Amino acid sequence: MKKKVNPVALSCPVPLEATDRVQLGHGSGGKLSAQLVSRHFLPYFENAALAQLGDASVVAIESGELAVSTDTFVVHPIEFPGGNIGSLSVHGTLNDVAMMGARAVCLTAGFVLEEGLPLVVLDRVIAAMASAAHEAGVPIVAGDTKVVERGKADGVYINTTGLGAMDAGFRPAPARAQAGDAILVSGPIARHGMAIMAAREGLSFESAITSDSACLAPLVDTLRPLGMDVHVLRDPTRGGVASALNEIAVASGVGVEIIDGALPVPSDVHAACELLGLDPLYVANEGVLVAFVAASQAEAALRALRSHPLGAEATRIGNVVAAHARIVALRTALGGTRVVDLLPGDQLPRIC
Amino acid sequence: MKYLAEYRDTDIARTLIARIKARVTRRWTLMEVCGGQTHTIVRQGLDELLEGAVEMIHGPGCPVCVTPLEQIDKALAIAARPNVIFTSFGDMLRVPGSECDLQQVRARGGDVKVVYSPLDALALAQRHPEKEVVFFAVGFETTAPANAMSVWRARELGVSNFSVLVSHVTVPPAITAILEAPDNRVQGFLAAGHVCAVMGYTEYEPIAAKYKVPIIVTGFEPVDILEGMAMAVNQLEEGRHEVENQYVRSVRRTGTEPARALVAQVFELANRQWRGIGEIPMSGLRLRDEFAAYDAERKFGVGGLKVTEPEACKAGAVLTGRIKPPQCPAFGTLCTPERPLGAPMVSTEGACSAYYNLAKYRTSESAEAAS
Repeated sequence: MKKKVNPVALSCPVPLEATDRVQLGHGSGGKLSAQLVSRHFLPYFENAALAQLGDASVVAIESGELAVSTDTFVVHPIEFPGGNIGSLSVHGTLNDVAMMGARAVCLTAGFVLEEGLPLVVLDRVIAAMASAAHEAGVPIVAGDTKVVERGKADGVYINTTGLGAMDAGFRPAPARAQAGDAILVSGPIARHGMAIMAAREGLSFESAITSDSACLAPLVDTLRPLGMDVHVLRDPTRGGVASALNEIAVASGVGVEIIDGALPVPSDVHAACELLGLDPLYVANEGVLVAFVAASQAEAALRALRSHPLGAEATRIGNVVAAHARIVALRTALGGTRVVDLLPGDQLPRIC
Repeated sequence: MKYLAEYRDTDIARTLIARIKARVTRRWTLMEVCGGQTHTIVRQGLDELLEGAVEMIHGPGCPVCVTPLEQIDKALAIAARPNVIFTSFGDMLRVPGSECDLQQVRARGGDVKVVYSPLDALALAQRHPEKEVVFFAVGFETTAPANAMSVWRARELGVSNFSVLVSHVTVPPAITAILEAPDNRVQGFLAAGHVCAVMGYTEYEPIAAKYKVPIIVTGFEPVDILEGMAMAVNQLEEGRHEVENQYVRSVRRTGTEPARALVAQVFELANRQWRGIGEIPMSGLRLRDEFAAYDAERKFGVGGLKVTEPEACKAGAVLTGRIKPPQCPAFGTLCTPERPLGAPMVSTEGACSAYYNLAKYRTSESAEAAS
């Protein structure tokens, strides 16, 4: 058992400042906690609302509706090619807000730190979060930190909540898909999931695959002029494109038809999936969006997406059909049909 | 990807489909033996494209599907032990045993890890000398050389905290058992290319001659499978019954000698239970006595475990082609992909799961047409 740090004991002359790892005392509410905030969080997350250090931050909003989204990040490993848990926690939540057509106003961040986490790693995570938030132009206005004993967590877990102002003229929603809609994807799929797999301990294959983790808000902004003709936006994270399409098919009560060869899978991702017996359709993305748009606007939407670097490889992958309601069907390259269902659990590598 | 793209070429595939359709004078019933081939057939919808010309029966060549319940229960019993790291190929984790599956054992505190190679499991044993590392050695002749190698290496390196739970099966006795069944409908086989890459195909020659069935050693890509079908259909139309090799880029008649030699050194033939089918004489591999120290069944004393399979599951009849999955009374009711009774409902390309998805699709189509 680790001895709990008594806040009273913190006043003794032990050189606690010399620590290079997270200690239980960092969550005690005493000096170490204050140091953690002042030395590690505030310098990165600097903004007026946060600088007040009140019990809550006050944020000005326009009148109207708010979009609120929360997400908790437990990715292992904490750092991976193309990002870390910090940048991911900002992108993930901002993307969820963006998929509602809302413009993000602010973020909050809650941290669960494991005793023993090197502070240099924490600094890298915080720096990546700050830089992702800064790039998106969205302040992190409230935060919280808890420390748990070694072994009770996996380095660091982060919860972020995002608030956004809804746009009355641009309201994509999962239930708005209609027969005839064109289904677009903004870029190559399955990169995040495969980058994580490659980086994960025990899988000894080397690859140059990087996560696609990115803030999709600017890409969503390119579609904003199309207004209500953009019916659904979704960022296909866990469960990949296949799961996102299934959720939309069910929410809208429509059939979804996708074309096998149309799905953009980078060749190294494809090769890794082949090797590991995984289907890229079910592999996570963190910087790709799926858009359902009125057929008449399909070309305009593609042009808009391609005007932004994140959408340079945007392409049409299928259509919404009146037949086979609530089912996603894939037309194989040979003209056969395959039902693309939700997976019962995790995707498991196949033996044969 | 070289040697892959050309075997997925849609123009060649379409030509082959047209050729098969033009060649048949009646509908022929073929069985693809291997789960990897079933995977391609289901994913590409090949059986749908050949409807009326060739009926494909998905054979018992999915190691996940045929691993008997008692071996799964042994795995669960070993994996639940406190000092054990239990390692397995990924898709075994969801196969239901009598009570639960490996994922549930993990949730209850068992240390269950997915590995991609038995040699990774051996490396894990070297890193954790304080633990017993067990690898679930399932599969056909394809995985046997690597599994044999892990045991052989463990002995070479003196790693004593490594063992394997063996559930190896071999293809030729299964083909024979299917052909011996009085209600057999299979008229030709696509043999599993990878199995033959290891073992060669001399074992199949007497089977083809005795039962008068064409056996085509076939690869796994759409063009491979269609070519294999076309070769089988040709033989059937001409009244021939030979072993032919479609998968020439990987398979030689005598296989890969060093791999066969290693398998023979570590394993010996034994009777083996097949899930849903029952015991097939001399259809499996077990560790030779000199490698007994690496046999998890002996190490953990689970060898005596006997289990009866659920009565409601007709996986055996499905895997031998006697019934189609929807003809099983449990299909879609007692047994669904979320709560599978038998293994063919577990894997996404298992015969039952494939039919389940297709049935859902067709039901929604006809409901649409009726409304």
